[in-house]
Amino acid sequence: MARIKVPIGPQHPALKEPESFNLVLEGERIIDAEVKLGYNHRGIEKACESRNITQCIYLIERICGICSHSHSTTFVQAVEEIAGVEPPPRALYIRTIIAELERIHSHLLWLGVAGHEVGFDTLFMYSWRDRETVMDLLALITGNRINYGMNKVGGVRRDIDSEQARLILESIDLLTERTEYYIKVAVNESTLKVRLAGVGKLPRETALSLGAVGPTVRASGIPRDIRKDDPYAAYDQVDFNVITNEYADVFGRTLVRIYELLESYQIIRALIQNLPDGPIAVKAPRKIPAGEAVSRYEAPRGENIHYVRTNGSEFPERVKVRAPTLANLASIREMLKGGFLADFPIVIAAIDPCFSCADRMIRLSGDGKDALWDWERLRNYSIDWYKLRGIDFSNR
Amino acid sequence: MVSPKKFRPRMLREVIGTLVKAPATVNYPLEKPETPKSFRGRIVFDSKLCVGCKMCMRDCPSGAIRIEPTEVEKRFKCAISLDRCLFCAQCVDSCPRKALATTPEFELTCFGRKGFQDLHK
Repeated sequence: MARIKVPIGPQHPALKEPESFNLVLEGERIIDAEVKLGYNHRGIEKACESRNITQCIYLIERICGICSHSHSTTFVQAVEEIAGVEPPPRALYIRTIIAELERIHSHLLWLGVAGHEVGFDTLFMYSWRDRETVMDLLALITGNRINYGMNKVGGVRRDIDSEQARLILESIDLLTERTEYYIKVAVNESTLKVRLAGVGKLPRETALSLGAVGPTVRASGIPRDIRKDDPYAAYDQVDFNVITNEYADVFGRTLVRIYELLESYQIIRALIQNLPDGPIAVKAPRKIPAGEAVSRYEAPRGENIHYVRTNGSEFPERVKVRAPTLANLASIREMLKGGFLADFPIVIAAIDPCFSCADRMIRLSGDGKDALWDWERLRNYSIDWYKLRGIDFSNR
Repeated sequence: MVSPKKFRPRMLREVIGTLVKAPATVNYPLEKPETPKSFRGRIVFDSKLCVGCKMCMRDCPSGAIRIEPTEVEKRFKCAISLDRCLFCAQCVDSCPRKALATTPEFELTCFGRKGFQDLHK
Protein backbone atom coordinates (compact mmCIF):
# COMPACT_ATOMS: atom_id res chain seq x y z
CA MET A 1 0.00 0.00 0.00
CA ALA A 2 1.25 3.48 -0.84
CA ARG A 3 2.55 5.60 2.00
CA ILE A 4 1.32 9.13 2.49
CA LYS A 5 2.64 11.85 4.75
CA VAL A 6 -0.02 13.79 6.61
CA PRO A 7 0.92 17.07 8.27
CA ILE A 8 -1.17 17.74 11.37
CA GLY A 9 -1.14 21.14 13.01
CA PRO A 10 0.09 23.52 14.26
CA GLN A 11 -3.54 24.73 14.25
CA HIS A 12 -5.69 21.63 14.26
CA PRO A 13 -9.19 20.87 15.57
CA ALA A 14 -8.03 17.62 17.21
CA LEU A 15 -5.45 19.31 19.42
CA LYS A 16 -6.17 21.64 22.31
CA GLU A 17 -2.88 23.45 21.79
CA PRO A 18 -1.13 24.21 18.52
CA GLU A 19 1.81 21.97 17.67
CA SER A 20 3.06 20.42 14.48
CA PHE A 21 3.14 16.67 13.77
CA ASN A 22 3.96 14.75 10.60
CA LEU A 23 2.41 11.32 10.31
CA VAL A 24 3.42 8.69 7.78
CA LEU A 25 0.35 6.62 6.97
CA GLU A 26 -0.23 3.33 5.24
CA GLY A 27 -3.97 3.33 4.80
CA GLU A 28 -5.36 4.09 8.25
CA ARG A 29 -2.27 2.81 10.08
CA ILE A 30 0.38 5.16 11.41
CA ILE A 31 3.82 3.91 10.32
CA ASP A 32 5.90 6.73 11.69
CA ALA A 33 5.38 10.03 13.46
CA GLU A 34 7.47 13.15 13.78
CA VAL A 35 7.03 15.92 16.35
CA LYS A 36 8.08 19.40 15.29
CA LEU A 37 8.62 21.71 18.22
CA GLY A 38 8.94 25.47 18.22
CA TYR A 39 5.56 26.93 17.26
CA ASN A 40 4.73 28.04 20.80
CA HIS A 41 8.17 29.17 21.90
CA ARG A 42 7.86 32.27 24.07
CA GLY A 43 11.43 32.89 25.25
CA ILE A 44 10.55 32.86 28.96
CA GLU A 45 13.97 31.52 30.00
CA LYS A 46 15.67 34.47 28.31
CA ALA A 47 13.10 36.97 29.64
CA CYS A 48 13.90 35.82 33.20
CA GLU A 49 17.46 37.09 32.82
CA SER A 50 16.23 40.70 32.64
CA ARG A 51 13.90 40.46 35.64
CA ASN A 52 14.61 40.30 39.35
CA ILE A 53 13.87 37.12 41.30
CA THR A 54 10.46 38.39 42.57
CA GLN A 55 9.35 39.31 39.05
CA CYS A 56 10.67 35.97 37.77
CA ILE A 57 8.38 34.01 40.10
CA TYR A 58 5.30 35.52 38.42
CA LEU A 59 6.72 35.05 34.94
CA ILE A 60 7.72 31.44 35.65
CA GLU A 61 4.26 30.82 37.10
CA ARG A 62 2.80 31.75 33.72
CA ILE A 63 4.74 29.04 31.86
CA CYS A 64 1.70 26.86 32.39
CA GLY A 65 -1.89 27.71 33.23
CA ILE A 66 -2.66 24.31 34.73
CA CYS A 67 0.49 23.53 36.71
CA SER A 68 1.46 27.11 37.53
CA HIS A 69 2.22 26.27 41.17
CA SER A 70 4.55 23.47 40.02
CA HIS A 71 6.74 25.83 38.03
CA SER A 72 6.85 28.58 40.64
CA THR A 73 7.63 26.08 43.44
CA THR A 74 10.40 24.44 41.42
CA PHE A 75 11.96 27.82 40.71
CA VAL A 76 11.60 29.08 44.28
CA GLN A 77 13.11 25.87 45.66
CA ALA A 78 16.18 26.36 43.46
CA VAL A 79 16.57 30.01 44.56
CA GLU A 80 16.12 29.05 48.22
CA GLU A 81 18.81 26.40 47.88
CA ILE A 82 21.28 28.92 46.43
CA ALA A 83 20.45 31.60 49.01
CA GLY A 84 20.50 29.11 51.90
CA VAL A 85 17.00 30.18 52.96
CA GLU A 86 14.99 27.58 54.80
CA PRO A 87 11.20 28.09 54.62
CA PRO A 88 9.33 27.40 57.91
CA PRO A 89 7.47 24.04 58.20
CA ARG A 90 4.03 25.70 57.94
CA ALA A 91 5.02 27.25 54.59
CA LEU A 92 6.16 23.85 53.30
CA TYR A 93 2.86 22.27 54.38
CA ILE A 94 0.82 24.99 52.66
CA ARG A 95 2.93 24.64 49.48
CA THR A 96 2.25 20.91 49.48
CA ILE A 97 -1.50 21.38 50.04
CA ILE A 98 -1.69 23.77 47.06
CA ALA A 99 0.44 21.35 45.01
CA GLU A 100 -1.97 18.49 45.72
CA LEU A 101 -5.06 20.65 45.05
CA GLU A 102 -3.44 21.54 41.75
CA ARG A 103 -2.86 17.86 40.98
CA ILE A 104 -6.54 17.16 41.66
CA HIS A 105 -7.75 19.91 39.35
CA SER A 106 -5.26 18.92 36.67
CA HIS A 107 -6.24 15.23 36.76
CA LEU A 108 -9.97 16.03 36.75
CA LEU A 109 -9.39 18.37 33.82
CA TRP A 110 -7.50 15.61 32.02
CA LEU A 111 -10.30 13.13 32.65
CA GLY A 112 -12.71 15.55 31.02
CA VAL A 113 -10.43 16.19 28.04
CA ALA A 114 -9.87 12.44 27.57
CA GLY A 115 -13.63 11.87 27.67
CA HIS A 116 -14.10 14.60 25.09
CA GLU A 117 -11.37 13.18 22.81
CA VAL A 118 -13.02 9.76 22.71
CA GLY A 119 -16.49 11.21 22.16
CA PHE A 120 -17.71 10.61 25.72
CA ASP A 121 -18.78 14.17 26.47
CA THR A 122 -20.98 13.18 29.41
CA LEU A 123 -17.84 12.33 31.35
CA PHE A 124 -16.29 15.63 30.24
CA MET A 125 -19.25 17.65 31.56
CA TYR A 126 -19.44 15.88 34.93
CA SER A 127 -15.74 15.80 35.69
CA TRP A 128 -15.43 19.48 34.87
CA ARG A 129 -18.40 20.29 37.06
CA ASP A 130 -16.71 18.48 39.95
CA ARG A 131 -13.45 20.23 39.15
CA GLU A 132 -15.17 23.50 40.05
CA THR A 133 -15.17 22.34 43.69
CA VAL A 134 -11.38 22.29 43.79
CA MET A 135 -11.11 25.51 41.74
CA ASP A 136 -13.30 27.21 44.35
CA LEU A 137 -11.00 25.88 47.08
CA LEU A 138 -7.94 27.29 45.34
CA ALA A 139 -9.71 30.64 44.93
CA LEU A 140 -10.65 30.56 48.60
CA ILE A 141 -7.08 30.01 49.81
CA THR A 142 -5.02 31.92 47.26
CA GLY A 143 -7.50 34.43 45.86
CA ASN A 144 -7.23 33.15 42.28
CA ARG A 145 -8.55 30.12 40.44
CA ILE A 146 -5.33 29.79 38.44
CA ASN A 147 -1.91 31.47 38.72
CA TYR A 148 -2.27 31.43 42.47
CA GLY A 149 0.74 33.63 43.28
CA MET A 150 1.33 31.66 46.48
CA ASN A 151 5.11 31.35 46.46
CA LYS A 152 7.79 33.76 47.47
CA VAL A 153 11.42 33.14 48.31
CA GLY A 154 11.40 31.98 51.92
CA GLY A 155 7.81 30.77 52.20
CA VAL A 156 4.27 31.43 51.01
CA ARG A 157 2.21 34.61 50.73
CA ARG A 158 -1.06 33.47 52.29
CA ASP A 159 -2.00 31.44 55.34
CA ILE A 160 -4.73 28.83 55.79
CA ASP A 161 -7.05 29.60 58.72
CA SER A 162 -9.21 27.09 60.60
CA GLU A 163 -12.39 27.99 58.66
CA GLN A 164 -10.59 27.42 55.35
CA ALA A 165 -9.16 24.13 56.66
CA ARG A 166 -12.69 22.97 57.56
CA LEU A 167 -13.95 23.88 54.07
CA ILE A 168 -11.04 22.05 52.43
CA LEU A 169 -11.81 18.86 54.39
CA GLU A 170 -15.53 19.12 53.54
CA SER A 171 -14.82 19.57 49.83
CA ILE A 172 -12.29 16.73 49.85
CA ASP A 173 -14.98 14.41 51.27
CA LEU A 174 -17.33 15.39 48.42
CA LEU A 175 -14.57 14.89 45.83
CA THR A 176 -13.66 11.48 47.28
CA GLU A 177 -17.25 10.36 46.77
CA ARG A 178 -17.25 11.62 43.18
CA THR A 179 -13.86 10.06 42.40
CA GLU A 180 -15.01 6.69 43.67
CA TYR A 181 -17.90 7.01 41.25
CA TYR A 182 -15.49 7.81 38.38
CA ILE A 183 -13.43 4.74 39.25
CA LYS A 184 -16.59 2.67 38.88
CA VAL A 185 -17.32 4.38 35.55
CA ALA A 186 -13.78 3.88 34.24
CA VAL A 187 -13.65 0.22 35.22
CA ASN A 188 -17.18 -0.76 34.18
CA GLU A 189 -18.24 1.61 31.44
CA SER A 190 -17.73 -0.26 28.17
CA THR A 191 -17.62 2.96 26.10
CA LEU A 192 -14.44 4.02 27.84
CA LYS A 193 -12.82 0.63 28.34
CA VAL A 194 -13.16 -0.66 24.79
CA ARG A 195 -12.11 2.65 23.28
CA LEU A 196 -8.97 3.06 25.40
CA ALA A 197 -7.64 -0.47 25.98
CA GLY A 198 -4.68 -1.33 23.75
CA VAL A 199 -4.43 2.20 22.33
CA GLY A 200 -1.07 3.99 22.51
CA LYS A 201 0.97 1.06 23.82
CA LEU A 202 4.21 1.96 25.58
CA PRO A 203 5.95 -1.16 26.90
CA ARG A 204 7.92 -0.93 30.14
CA GLU A 205 11.38 -1.14 28.49
CA THR A 206 10.53 1.51 25.89
CA ALA A 207 9.18 3.85 28.56
CA LEU A 208 12.40 3.41 30.54
CA SER A 209 14.75 3.90 27.60
CA LEU A 210 12.90 7.00 26.34
CA GLY A 211 12.80 8.56 29.81
CA ALA A 212 9.04 9.00 30.08
CA VAL A 213 7.78 10.67 33.26
CA GLY A 214 4.66 11.03 35.39
CA PRO A 215 1.47 9.02 34.90
CA THR A 216 2.76 7.95 31.46
CA VAL A 217 5.68 6.00 32.92
CA ARG A 218 3.69 4.83 35.98
CA ALA A 219 1.08 3.26 33.69
CA SER A 220 3.91 1.19 32.17
CA GLY A 221 4.56 -0.36 35.56
CA ILE A 222 7.51 1.79 36.69
CA PRO A 223 7.03 3.39 40.14
CA ARG A 224 8.82 6.65 39.33
CA ASP A 225 7.60 9.60 41.42
CA ILE A 226 9.77 12.49 42.65
CA ARG A 227 7.51 12.88 45.71
CA LYS A 228 8.85 9.47 46.86
CA ASP A 229 12.24 9.29 45.11
CA ASP A 230 13.51 12.73 46.14
CA PRO A 231 11.01 14.21 48.62
CA TYR A 232 10.68 18.00 48.64
CA ALA A 233 8.39 20.39 50.60
CA ALA A 234 6.42 18.29 53.13
CA TYR A 235 6.18 15.01 51.19
CA ASP A 236 8.52 13.23 53.61
CA GLN A 237 5.97 13.91 56.38
CA VAL A 238 3.05 12.08 54.76
CA ASP A 239 2.35 8.53 53.79
CA PHE A 240 0.99 7.75 50.34
CA ASN A 241 1.26 5.13 47.60
CA VAL A 242 2.75 5.52 44.14
CA ILE A 243 0.04 4.30 41.76
CA THR A 244 1.21 2.06 38.95
CA ASN A 245 -0.32 -0.55 36.68
CA GLU A 246 0.78 -2.86 33.90
CA TYR A 247 -1.71 -1.92 31.17
CA ALA A 248 0.87 0.35 29.42
CA ASP A 249 -1.87 1.94 27.30
CA VAL A 250 -4.25 4.91 27.47
CA PHE A 251 -6.63 2.94 29.68
CA GLY A 252 -3.79 2.35 32.16
CA ARG A 253 -2.93 6.07 32.16
CA THR A 254 -6.58 6.89 32.89
CA LEU A 255 -6.63 4.52 35.86
CA VAL A 256 -3.31 5.87 37.22
CA ARG A 257 -4.69 9.40 37.19
CA ILE A 258 -8.02 8.53 38.81
CA TYR A 259 -6.44 6.43 41.56
CA GLU A 260 -3.85 9.16 42.14
CA LEU A 261 -6.73 11.49 43.00
CA LEU A 262 -7.56 9.29 46.00
CA GLU A 263 -3.92 9.46 47.15
CA SER A 264 -4.00 13.25 46.82
CA TYR A 265 -7.10 13.44 49.04
CA GLN A 266 -5.33 11.32 51.63
CA ILE A 267 -2.24 13.57 51.52
CA ILE A 268 -4.34 16.75 51.91
CA ARG A 269 -6.28 15.30 54.86
CA ALA A 270 -3.04 14.31 56.62
CA LEU A 271 -1.43 17.70 55.98
CA ILE A 272 -4.43 19.73 57.15
CA GLN A 273 -4.73 17.65 60.33
CA ASN A 274 -1.03 18.03 61.15
CA LEU A 275 -0.57 21.63 59.97
CA PRO A 276 2.21 23.00 62.24
CA ASP A 277 1.91 26.41 63.89
CA GLY A 278 4.34 29.21 63.22
CA PRO A 279 5.23 31.78 60.59
CA ILE A 280 4.47 31.24 56.90
CA ALA A 281 7.61 32.89 55.59
CA VAL A 282 11.11 33.95 56.56
CA LYS A 283 12.89 37.04 55.29
CA ALA A 284 14.95 36.38 52.18
CA PRO A 285 17.68 38.60 50.75
CA ARG A 286 16.89 40.59 47.60
CA LYS A 287 20.33 39.88 46.19
CA ILE A 288 20.89 36.18 45.82
CA PRO A 289 24.54 35.08 46.27
CA ALA A 290 26.34 33.55 43.31
CA GLY A 291 25.62 29.88 42.84
CA GLU A 292 23.64 27.32 40.93
CA ALA A 293 20.97 24.76 41.78
CA VAL A 294 18.81 22.14 40.17
CA SER A 295 15.33 21.63 41.57
CA ARG A 296 12.98 18.69 40.93
CA TYR A 297 9.24 18.56 41.45
CA GLU A 298 6.52 16.03 40.63
CA ALA A 299 4.06 18.11 38.63
CA PRO A 300 0.67 16.55 37.73
CA ARG A 301 2.14 15.66 34.33
CA GLY A 302 5.45 14.32 35.60
CA GLU A 303 8.89 15.43 36.69
CA ASN A 304 9.56 19.13 36.33
CA ILE A 305 13.19 20.30 36.46
CA HIS A 306 14.49 23.85 36.82
CA TYR A 307 18.10 24.94 36.75
CA VAL A 308 18.94 28.37 38.14
CA ARG A 309 22.31 30.11 38.14
CA THR A 310 22.82 33.40 39.98
CA ASN A 311 25.71 35.86 40.08
CA GLY A 312 25.16 37.79 43.29
CA SER A 313 22.77 40.37 41.83
CA GLU A 314 18.97 40.59 41.98
CA PHE A 315 18.72 38.96 38.57
CA PRO A 316 19.24 35.30 37.70
CA GLU A 317 22.05 34.68 35.23
CA ARG A 318 20.45 31.63 33.66
CA VAL A 319 17.14 29.84 34.10
CA LYS A 320 16.48 26.53 32.40
CA VAL A 321 13.13 24.78 32.46
CA ARG A 322 12.54 21.14 31.53
CA ALA A 323 8.78 20.69 31.62
CA PRO A 324 7.37 17.13 31.90
CA THR A 325 5.83 17.22 28.40
CA LEU A 326 9.29 17.51 26.83
CA ALA A 327 10.35 14.29 28.55
CA ASN A 328 7.22 12.52 27.30
CA LEU A 329 7.41 13.75 23.70
CA ALA A 330 10.02 11.16 22.75
CA SER A 331 7.66 8.35 23.67
CA ILE A 332 4.77 9.83 21.64
CA ARG A 333 6.40 8.49 18.46
CA GLU A 334 6.49 4.95 19.88
CA MET A 335 2.90 5.22 21.13
CA LEU A 336 1.59 6.34 17.74
CA LYS A 337 3.46 3.74 15.65
CA GLY A 338 1.19 0.92 14.56
CA GLY A 339 -1.95 2.67 15.75
CA PHE A 340 -4.82 4.14 13.78
CA LEU A 341 -5.08 7.71 12.60
CA ALA A 342 -8.32 8.08 14.59
CA ASP A 343 -6.40 7.28 17.79
CA PHE A 344 -4.03 10.21 17.26
CA PRO A 345 -5.93 12.79 19.41
CA ILE A 346 -6.37 10.52 22.43
CA VAL A 347 -2.79 9.17 22.30
CA ILE A 348 -1.47 12.74 22.31
CA ALA A 349 -3.95 13.75 25.01
CA ALA A 350 -2.98 10.73 27.14
CA ILE A 351 0.41 12.22 28.05
CA ASP A 352 -1.54 15.32 29.16
CA PRO A 353 0.59 17.50 26.91
CA CYS A 354 1.34 21.14 27.56
CA PHE A 355 3.12 22.20 24.39
CA SER A 356 3.69 25.79 25.39
CA CYS A 357 5.53 24.57 28.53
CA ALA A 358 7.74 22.28 26.50
CA ASP A 359 8.42 24.34 23.43
CA ARG A 360 11.92 25.42 22.56
CA MET A 361 13.91 26.62 19.61
CA ILE A 362 16.59 24.56 17.92
CA ARG A 363 19.41 26.10 15.95
CA LEU A 364 20.44 23.95 13.02
CA SER A 365 24.16 23.54 12.37
CA GLY A 366 25.93 22.69 9.13
CA ASP A 367 25.43 24.03 5.59
CA GLY A 368 26.18 27.57 6.76
CA LYS A 369 22.79 27.74 8.45
CA ASP A 370 24.28 28.16 11.90
CA ALA A 371 25.20 31.81 11.40
CA LEU A 372 23.47 34.03 13.96
CA TRP A 373 20.92 36.42 12.53
CA ASP A 374 20.59 39.83 14.08
CA TRP A 375 17.28 41.66 14.47
CA GLU A 376 17.67 43.73 11.28
CA ARG A 377 18.39 40.66 9.15
CA LEU A 378 15.42 38.79 10.62
CA ARG A 379 13.19 41.81 9.94
CA ASN A 380 14.37 42.16 6.34
CA TYR A 381 13.91 38.44 5.81
CA SER A 382 10.30 38.61 7.03
CA ILE A 383 9.58 41.70 4.84
CA ASP A 384 10.93 39.86 1.78
CA TRP A 385 8.99 36.73 2.71
CA TYR A 386 5.72 38.66 2.75
CA LYS A 387 6.64 40.64 -0.42
CA LEU A 388 6.87 37.36 -2.31
CA ARG A 389 3.30 36.69 -1.19
CA GLY A 390 2.03 40.07 -2.30
CA ILE A 391 2.01 41.93 1.05
CA ASP A 392 4.32 44.88 1.52
CA PHE A 393 5.30 45.65 5.11
CA SER A 394 8.37 47.75 4.33
CA ASN A 395 6.61 51.08 4.92
CA ARG A 396 4.88 50.14 8.16
CA MET B 1 -15.89 -5.91 20.74
CA VAL B 2 -18.84 -5.32 23.02
CA SER B 3 -22.07 -6.88 21.83
CA PRO B 4 -25.13 -4.60 21.92
CA LYS B 5 -26.61 -6.83 24.62
CA LYS B 6 -23.67 -6.26 26.95
CA PHE B 7 -23.58 -2.52 26.30
CA ARG B 8 -24.88 -0.83 29.42
CA PRO B 9 -24.32 2.91 29.66
CA ARG B 10 -23.42 3.22 33.34
CA MET B 11 -23.64 6.99 33.48
CA LEU B 12 -27.25 7.07 32.30
CA ARG B 13 -28.66 7.00 35.83
CA GLU B 14 -26.47 9.97 36.77
CA VAL B 15 -27.57 11.88 33.67
CA ILE B 16 -31.27 11.33 34.38
CA GLY B 17 -30.76 12.27 38.05
CA THR B 18 -29.21 15.59 37.03
CA LEU B 19 -32.35 16.58 35.13
CA VAL B 20 -34.14 17.35 38.37
CA LYS B 21 -31.16 19.04 40.09
CA ALA B 22 -30.46 22.77 40.23
CA PRO B 23 -28.04 24.06 37.55
CA ALA B 24 -24.34 23.87 38.44
CA THR B 25 -23.59 27.14 36.66
CA VAL B 26 -23.79 30.66 38.12
CA ASN B 27 -26.33 33.01 36.59
CA TYR B 28 -23.80 35.79 35.99
CA PRO B 29 -24.21 38.80 35.58
CA LEU B 30 -27.66 38.66 37.19
CA GLU B 31 -26.21 36.95 40.24
CA LYS B 32 -22.78 38.17 41.27
CA PRO B 33 -20.40 35.55 42.67
CA GLU B 34 -18.98 36.32 46.09
CA THR B 35 -15.26 36.98 45.92
CA PRO B 36 -13.12 35.23 48.53
CA LYS B 37 -11.41 37.17 51.31
CA SER B 38 -7.98 36.82 49.72
CA PHE B 39 -9.18 37.90 46.26
CA ARG B 40 -6.84 40.18 44.34
CA GLY B 41 -8.85 42.75 42.41
CA ARG B 42 -8.30 46.40 41.50
CA ILE B 43 -5.41 47.99 43.43
CA VAL B 44 -6.09 51.20 45.37
CA PHE B 45 -3.52 53.77 46.47
CA ASP B 46 -3.35 56.04 49.50
CA SER B 47 -1.13 59.04 48.76
CA LYS B 48 -1.01 60.02 52.44
CA LEU B 49 0.99 56.89 53.26
CA CYS B 50 3.27 56.74 50.21
CA VAL B 51 6.89 57.80 50.78
CA GLY B 52 7.94 57.38 47.14
CA CYS B 53 10.42 54.53 47.65
CA LYS B 54 9.21 52.94 44.38
CA MET B 55 9.63 49.37 45.67
CA CYS B 56 6.33 48.54 43.96
CA MET B 57 7.76 49.69 40.63
CA ARG B 58 10.88 47.57 41.12
CA ASP B 59 8.91 44.41 41.88
CA CYS B 60 5.96 44.74 39.47
CA PRO B 61 6.38 41.82 37.04
CA SER B 62 4.70 43.64 34.15
CA GLY B 63 5.72 47.26 34.69
CA ALA B 64 2.10 48.27 35.29
CA ILE B 65 2.60 50.66 38.20
CA ARG B 66 4.16 54.11 38.14
CA ILE B 67 4.82 56.37 41.14
CA GLU B 68 5.49 60.02 40.31
CA PRO B 69 6.03 63.17 42.39
CA THR B 70 3.29 65.81 42.52
CA GLU B 71 3.50 69.62 42.88
CA VAL B 72 3.21 69.16 46.63
CA GLU B 73 6.49 68.16 48.26
CA LYS B 74 6.70 64.58 49.60
CA ARG B 75 3.36 63.74 48.00
CA PHE B 76 3.23 61.14 45.26
CA LYS B 77 0.68 60.05 42.73
CA CYS B 78 0.23 56.55 41.36
CA ALA B 79 -0.81 55.36 37.90
CA ILE B 80 -1.69 51.72 37.28
CA SER B 81 -2.15 50.42 33.73
CA LEU B 82 -4.97 47.94 34.17
CA ASP B 83 -4.24 46.43 30.76
CA ARG B 84 -0.74 45.48 31.92
CA CYS B 85 -1.61 44.56 35.51
CA LEU B 86 -1.55 40.82 36.34
CA PHE B 87 -3.40 41.36 39.64
CA CYS B 88 -0.70 39.43 41.49
CA ALA B 89 -0.72 42.12 44.21
CA GLN B 90 3.06 41.91 44.61
CA CYS B 91 3.07 45.74 44.88
CA VAL B 92 0.82 45.44 47.94
CA ASP B 93 3.31 42.99 49.50
CA SER B 94 6.35 45.07 48.52
CA CYS B 95 5.01 48.38 49.88
CA PRO B 96 6.73 49.05 53.24
CA ARG B 97 4.09 51.67 54.25
CA LYS B 98 0.91 49.79 53.22
CA ALA B 99 0.00 52.58 50.79
CA LEU B 100 -1.40 50.04 48.33
CA ALA B 101 -4.28 47.65 48.94
CA THR B 102 -6.37 45.16 47.00
CA THR B 103 -10.13 45.44 46.55
CA PRO B 104 -12.71 42.81 45.54
CA GLU B 105 -13.53 44.80 42.40
CA PHE B 106 -13.04 42.66 39.29
CA GLU B 107 -15.39 44.08 36.65
CA LEU B 108 -12.93 46.39 34.95
CA THR B 109 -14.06 46.12 31.35
CA CYS B 110 -14.24 49.42 29.52
CA PHE B 111 -14.42 50.92 26.03
CA GLY B 112 -11.13 52.30 24.75
CA ARG B 113 -7.63 52.29 26.17
CA LYS B 114 -8.08 55.43 28.25
CA GLY B 115 -10.26 53.59 30.73
CA PHE B 116 -7.38 51.27 31.55
CA GLN B 117 -5.31 54.08 33.04
CA ASP B 118 -6.13 54.00 36.72
CA LEU B 119 -4.90 57.27 38.22
CA HIS B 120 -4.72 57.81 41.98
CA LYS B 121 -3.79 61.18 43.46
